[in-house]
Order: sequence, then C-alpha cells, then structure tokens
Amino acid sequence: MAMTQTRARALLLTPAALWYAALLLLPLAVVLIFSFGERSAIGGYAPGFTLEQYANLPARFAAFRNTLTLAPVGTVAALLIAYPLAYFLAIKVTPRWKTMLLVLVIVPFWTSILIRSYAWVFLLGGHGLPALLAAVGLEDIRLLNTPFAVLVGIVYGYLPLMVFPIYVALEKLDLRLLEAAADLGTPPWRSFLQITLPLSMPGVLTGSMLVFILLMGEFLIPAILGGGKVFFVGNALVDLFLQSRNWAFGSAVAVALVIIMLITVAVYTRAVKRFGAGRDDVGIM
Amino acid sequence: MTETSCAHVSAKDTVAEFAGATKRFGAILAADRIDLSIRRGEFLSFLGPSGCGKTTALRMLAGFDGPSEGAILIDGQDVSAVPAHMRPVNMVFQHYALFPHMTVAQNVGYGLRQRRPRLSKSEIAQKTDKALATVRLAEFGTRRIWELSGGQQQRVALARAIINEPQILLLDEPMAALDAKLRGEMQRELLELQRSLNITFVLVTHDQEEALSMSDRICIMGKGRIIQVGSPQELYDRPRSRYVADFVGKANIVAGQIDGRQSGMAQAILGNGTTVILRDLPGDSRQTAEIAVRPEALSIVAQDLPLTEGIAAIPARVTHRTFLGDRIEYLLMADGVGQLQVNAPRQAGGALGEHKVGSLVHVLWPEGTGLVLADDT
Repeated sequence: MAMTQTRARALLLTPAALWYAALLLLPLAVVLIFSFGERSAIGGYAPGFTLEQYANLPARFAAFRNTLTLAPVGTVAALLIAYPLAYFLAIKVTPRWKTMLLVLVIVPFWTSILIRSYAWVFLLGGHGLPALLAAVGLEDIRLLNTPFAVLVGIVYGYLPLMVFPIYVALEKLDLRLLEAAADLGTPPWRSFLQITLPLSMPGVLTGSMLVFILLMGEFLIPAILGGGKVFFVGNALVDLFLQSRNWAFGSAVAVALVIIMLITVAVYTRAVKRFGAGRDDVGIM
Repeated sequence: MTETSCAHVSAKDTVAEFAGATKRFGAILAADRIDLSIRRGEFLSFLGPSGCGKTTALRMLAGFDGPSEGAILIDGQDVSAVPAHMRPVNMVFQHYALFPHMTVAQNVGYGLRQRRPRLSKSEIAQKTDKALATVRLAEFGTRRIWELSGGQQQRVALARAIINEPQILLLDEPMAALDAKLRGEMQRELLELQRSLNITFVLVTHDQEEALSMSDRICIMGKGRIIQVGSPQELYDRPRSRYVADFVGKANIVAGQIDGRQSGMAQAILGNGTTVILRDLPGDSRQTAEIAVRPEALSIVAQDLPLTEGIAAIPARVTHRTFLGDRIEYLLMADGVGQLQVNAPRQAGGALGEHKVGSLVHVLWPEGTGLVLADDT
C-alpha cells in the first residue's frame, strides 16, 4: 500500500522533475561553470578556473544601473496606473461593460510585443509626439532612445500583468465591509486606506513581483526603444553571447543577475511576511 | 390600525421617523411612502417576506440608501442627505461584515478609532475590553476573525456596533446564519442587552417567531408598504388583513356572509350554513368578508356526541393528524367551508378523546372567536 502510494507520487512528479532538471538546473550549472572559464580565441568558451570574469563585471555597470533603476520605477509606475484601472473594473463598472473592458485589457496581447514596441518607435519618434509638442511650441524634445521611452514601453507592455492580479483581489472584496466601515463612522477615502487597500494587497504584491521579475530580465523593449543608448542586463547578455561571443563573461553577468534577483526576492518576501504577520489572507507571492 | 402618524407620541419619545419615505431603484418601488415613528428605547421589528421593503427601510435609516421621496428623521433632524458615516446609528450586518484583516479587538474598537478628535489609546482599549466582556468574549480580543464560530462572530459584530453607543442599533437578519439552538440563545442575549443598554433596537427579519418573541412592536411590510404596526399580541389577536393573519401565526381563513352587526360583534353565515359570532372590523359594512380564526381557538368533538346549545358546530372529517408532543394538529375538511386546522392541547385531547384520520367530527367555534378581515390592499 505504502509502496504503491510512493510510486504514484513519484510518477506524478517525474515529468516536471525531468523538465526542470533538463531545462533549468542543467543550463544553470553550465552557466555557473562557464562563468569561471575564459573566452577562447575564436569566441565561445574555453575551460579554466578564474575569477577574472567577475572582476570584469563593472565594465557592464551601465546595464546593471539601468535595469536596477528602470525595473523598480517601471513596476511602481505600472502599479500606479493599474490600481485605479483594476479598481474601476472590479468595483465601479456595471457588469454589462465589465467583460468588454476586461477583453480590451487583454486585446494587446493578441499582437506580438515586438510589433507593439515598434509602434511606439513611431509614436515617440520625430514625426510622432515630438512633432505634436513642437506644434504647441515645445521644440527639440527628444523622446525616442531615452530612458523615458524605455519606461513608457515597459509600463505599456507589462500593464495587463499588473492589472489582473489586482483586479482579482478587488473582485473578491466584500463591498459590505465598506458599508460596515461607513456605518462605523469612516469617510470613503479613509475606508479605502483602511479596508480596500489592505485587502487588495495580495494582488498588489503578486502583480508587483510578477512585473518586477520579468522586467529584470527584459531585453526586447530596451533594444527597440532604447536604441542602443538605454540597455538592460538582458541586452548585455544578448550582446555577449550572440555578438562578441564572450560566453564566459556573459555567464558571469547572468550569474550576477540571478544573485541580485534572489536577494531582491528574499528581501521582498521577508518584508511581506512581516507586513502580513499571522494573516492567512495575504499571500507571500 | 395602521399607524400613519404618531401625533400622540411627543417628539422627545421619538428617536427616528420615516416621513413618506419612498425608495425607487429604477422602475422598482422598494419602499412606498413609509410613515413610521420609532419610539426611544423600544425594540421594533420590520417583518415580511423577502422583497417586502424591510431591508430597504433599514438601509434608509442607516444611510446606505437615500429616500427618493420623503424624509428620514433622527432625533427630529432631517438626515435624508446625511451620509452613513455621519449618522448616530450602527448596524449588525446579516453576514456580520467583520474586517478579516483585523483581530477581534481591532474590529470592536474600529468605530472608536474613527472618532475625530481622536480618543486616547487607553480609552479605546478600556472601552473595547468592556464591550468584549458585555458579549462574553473577554478572552478573545487577540483572536482572528476566522478562528471564531458563527455565534462568536455574531457577538463580535454586536460588540463592534454597541461600543459606539448609537441612538439606534440596526440588526439586519442577524440570526439568519445561526442554527436553531444558538438562535434561541442569541435572541435571549440580545433582549437582555437591549434592556441593560437601553438603546433602541430595530430588527429586520422574515422569521415571525423571532419577531413575536423579541419585539415591543412589529411593523409588517409587504410590497414596499407598511401593512400593519402593533405589539405582537395586537397583531396576533387583531390582524387587520389576510396578509397579516397569514404571516403572524397560523390562521384559518374562510368566507362568510355577514347578516348582522352589533356593538363590535358580527354575525356571519359560513358556506355550509353554520352561523358564527365573531369580532367585527370597525367601520366595516361589507356583506361578504373573509374571516380569520386561530387553530387553537377551535376544538373538536366526535359527531355522535350531543352538542351544547349556542355553540356553533361545523361538521367535518379529519384528514390529517400530526402529533407534536404538547398538542395535536388536526387538518379537517368541512363541506361548504373548506380546509380547517385545529390545534388541540394534550390534556384537552385526553378529556375529549382523540380523533383518528377519517373520523367524522364537529368543529366547535365559540362565540366571540375569530374576526372579520379587511380586504388586502
């Protein structure tokens, strides 16, 4: 009996275990090993054991700086735009419109992010917004290939990922709690801070984590809207692996990114745990 | 008997008033010209089936729904436009609506923390402890809401409301989610609480037993209107219409031809020709009317026994017999009259003999029992 149970459990886990072992752990191990190696004369990887690649990390300081500023700023910007939208969708809109508006939030996903980012190239390029601004007297404003352009791109691209977890959390909110708060003497704006916001925190935390982690690895949007001037760690990796073919240094950059991410997630998880101490209605992630 | 005004009650004794309060939701008329004075310190129940307007009335009092027409007055002030958070009333919600992200004590102290200027922390803590002790949850302050049973949650909701010392405590079907045994206990506790706090309680319920056992006055509602207001006993003994007679307790309702009226009494001939004497409806002059009589006011004797002169007797056949411990409920079919229910207490049953299904009996209708009903409006 116990034997068959163990076997059944093993069978359930085998596909996932094989998948992760082959496609996550193995490549991760390879990257870790490569990061201590050297670039061979013709590019690629030459075996060795040196910390030289790690010592060389400051050469890619700009990529880390851009990623570590634009990812958090982008996450916060997405949150500030997504929350009111999710609130509107979950609480204020009539059921008749709700479905349609929710579909509208998803519709952009039907087109590739590549194409949508190119659209922004035209919007932010010389004949787009700057031309419009010039018409009202604001000459010589350059938007494309600036951090602002990248920020606009990432917030635009990742907004639905922020909207949906918050929407789901707010959708579950029992509106009678707001009536109870009003009944007990709380004006509406205060009951938002005391009731709505705390009870929607699981959605806020999930959405923020989702967007932040994905932004840390982003490379497409900076490549298109940053024009080689605003690049992320992701762009550095593409460059090191595919163009300059310095796999060893590329691996060291990748390992550094993973470590930064692990530390961030750990700190975040601890903060959330403290915030939600003893609560069962706030998820860690 | 419907109270359209309470001129005899002075303003000092009136804590709140509905003055022609009407509420429309689109095309739906949820409350239709409600006029009612709520007396200070009384336990008033709004009773009626779902959709009768009782919850709308409560929500207008709480401030969640403003009246479309008419006004709501609290302490003589028109509060129709005053939002819920500025009204001196508190509510115990049907499903309690406790804040899941707060402890029991934080829930109970919530109203006090909303006061501006702020109360001191020690004052809030002290009042919270007192309120928790009042509902017998003194040891539960640090618990989380989901750790409590339904009955405990209900007491937290009660404490969270009464801590604010409201002018009126509103209770929206507070017992609906509790099982029968707990409900009885909570009803007693609620009554004791009301007496000790001396706060006006306004209860909304669809449970007539609950309304009868707890209320000083009951306001029976239907289709958004007040049908009848009165003490439980008045409503039970003198229902004005079929709607009230049916809703409060059980009633036999039969058709009658009225062929004589004198000093508050009416003589009516039933469909089978039996003549009964019953209480008249003041001011009524109809020839035909519906007549109500309570099942416990009637009694049964076997048909082969001699009848006493002067007591109306309706020949009938027993169709159902339900033993209920303290009484036996008989359903009978009487030709020309229709179905009748008679509740016979046990000791009487022993004395007069019990009746089997199918046996032929006389249903006895003592003089002065039952009353003439008004047409349902």
